[in-house]
Amino acid sequence: MSQPLLSINNLTVQYQVATPVTAVNDVSLYIDPGEIYGLAGESGCGKSTLAYAVTRLLQPPAAITGGSIEWTASDDSRIDILRLDGETLRTFRWEEIAMVFQGAMNALNPVHTIGSQIADVFKDHGTRMTRAERTARAAELLRTVGIDDKRLKSYPHELSGGMRQRVMIAMALALRPRLIVMDEPTTALDVVVQRNILEEINRLRGEFGFAVLFITHDLGLLLEISDRIGIMLTGRLVEQGTPHALQNSPQHDYTQHLLNSFPSLRGDLPLTGTRYVAGGSR
Amino acid sequence: MTTLEALHLRKDYRVRGSGWRAARLQAVDDVSIIVRPGETVALVGESGSGKSTIAKMLVRLVDATSGTVTLDGETIGQGRRATKRYRSRVQMVFQDPFSSLNPALTIRHQLTRPLRIHGIVHSAAEEERELLRLMESVNLSPAKTILAKYPHELSGGQRQRVAIARALAPRPEVLIADEPVSMLDVSIRLEILQLLNDLKLERNLAVLYITHDLATARHFSSQIVVMRSGRVVERGPSDAVILNPVHPYTQFLVRAAPDPKSAPWIVDPNRHLGHPEVVVSTENLELTEENTSVHWVRSWDDDAAVNTMLASLASAQTS
Repeated sequence: MSQPLLSINNLTVQYQVATPVTAVNDVSLYIDPGEIYGLAGESGCGKSTLAYAVTRLLQPPAAITGGSIEWTASDDSRIDILRLDGETLRTFRWEEIAMVFQGAMNALNPVHTIGSQIADVFKDHGTRMTRAERTARAAELLRTVGIDDKRLKSYPHELSGGMRQRVMIAMALALRPRLIVMDEPTTALDVVVQRNILEEINRLRGEFGFAVLFITHDLGLLLEISDRIGIMLTGRLVEQGTPHALQNSPQHDYTQHLLNSFPSLRGDLPLTGTRYVAGGSR
Repeated sequence: MTTLEALHLRKDYRVRGSGWRAARLQAVDDVSIIVRPGETVALVGESGSGKSTIAKMLVRLVDATSGTVTLDGETIGQGRRATKRYRSRVQMVFQDPFSSLNPALTIRHQLTRPLRIHGIVHSAAEEERELLRLMESVNLSPAKTILAKYPHELSGGQRQRVAIARALAPRPEVLIADEPVSMLDVSIRLEILQLLNDLKLERNLAVLYITHDLATARHFSSQIVVMRSGRVVERGPSDAVILNPVHPYTQFLVRAAPDPKSAPWIVDPNRHLGHPEVVVSTENLELTEENTSVHWVRSWDDDAAVNTMLASLASAQTS
């Protein structure tokens, strides 16, 4: 018992261009079942690359040059994600790990209805369902994320950003995965919609018991929703801990810097914004 | 310097209704804003509330359906020449520095254009001096190297600094910043906001800061105006509006904003009863230069959307 759901050990990912760039450098972390793990860092720090590595979506020139990613299957056997290929990889994705991509605006196919895109998931993953069953299940999923099932016949452009994001979450939930990787799921949305979606994710997690790898640059948000948080800086995981620990005793300068980079809404002021310079202050 | 007074602005868009009728969408419905020199006014609200339409009307990218905009009490006429004169006094910083700079032109070119168009410089030497001065005022160094670069060679923060320098080039008196930091990384947002704040003090600018981030709105402005579906629902001094929000919608915004450092806000529709100094009315506050610091709230008895919001909250709390 108490095997982590996902464990990443010393993972290194390189973009093999003329001068190779190490986007993820010797990162180790684990995610327990049902846990929300928040990954914070600024653009270019490698957090999305890490998400793509976990779902094996990296395209050349990116390549995993070291480390391993292990997954605990529902029968407690260990699977090496990096060894999956072909059909096993295809079924693994979405059935075990689903992903909600950054920018829901563009992740949906504009020329198919929402309903048919959700139904496609069932078709492609060999569930023996009739067309009517697929539609019924798609409608049920939409209701789960708080969208009227009349929207099945809508095209993506007919929905608002927040609704499209919910549709993405509904699709991710379709096959009851045990981990959902969410890459900046709320960045393009305003605060009210963002709050709705976060509450939705939390409620669904209670219902279905999946774990979440939540990636964002907004540390303030992570502090509220995560069980544990990892801070990434230039490809390395510089600090991990519970929100409480990070807030009260940040170990790394960069964590402190991130904590200082957003003013508290109702707390006292301020905070001076400074650029983080490794190994010292300016 | 200049006070920007926008009174009773209204903007209707014609949208296609069902069938043969063209429907009207009131994007902005009777909004008044006064921004004084050396002051930042924050305009907050969710997407679609009409914030950006106001910004566009204020820099004359969109014509108002009705309402007046005056600079120091002076109305500036329509037409190309008058608009150019107007724009040399009112400038805008756009949300997305990745698309507001022309990717095919160097930074030098993009900063030289406003200097020449608005007749700020008259000789090559003067131009060079002014360019360096602009670069310095937005803390971009080394100036010479960056001037020769193209937008794609700069980071998001640097690009936004260029966009700010470009807005400052005609030496405006009013600066409209439409979500200037929402596309930037959290870790550099404060830097840019502080730059705007410093420039405001240095040049005695009147700044209208449009955002949906309540925390920075509170800390970088003296007045907050909250909009919902084209109308102002609450306005007043920043601390009063954020620490003591009265309109249920503002309370919802405060509750929704991530704030790990304090306890969650509890929405209470009767909050205004405990604060008699808050003015609650259905009529828009008649704004004058003196009374911009009144904490005014639109009453919401007739607003079905707000009542639905409150009802959903009540059911969530009891269940």
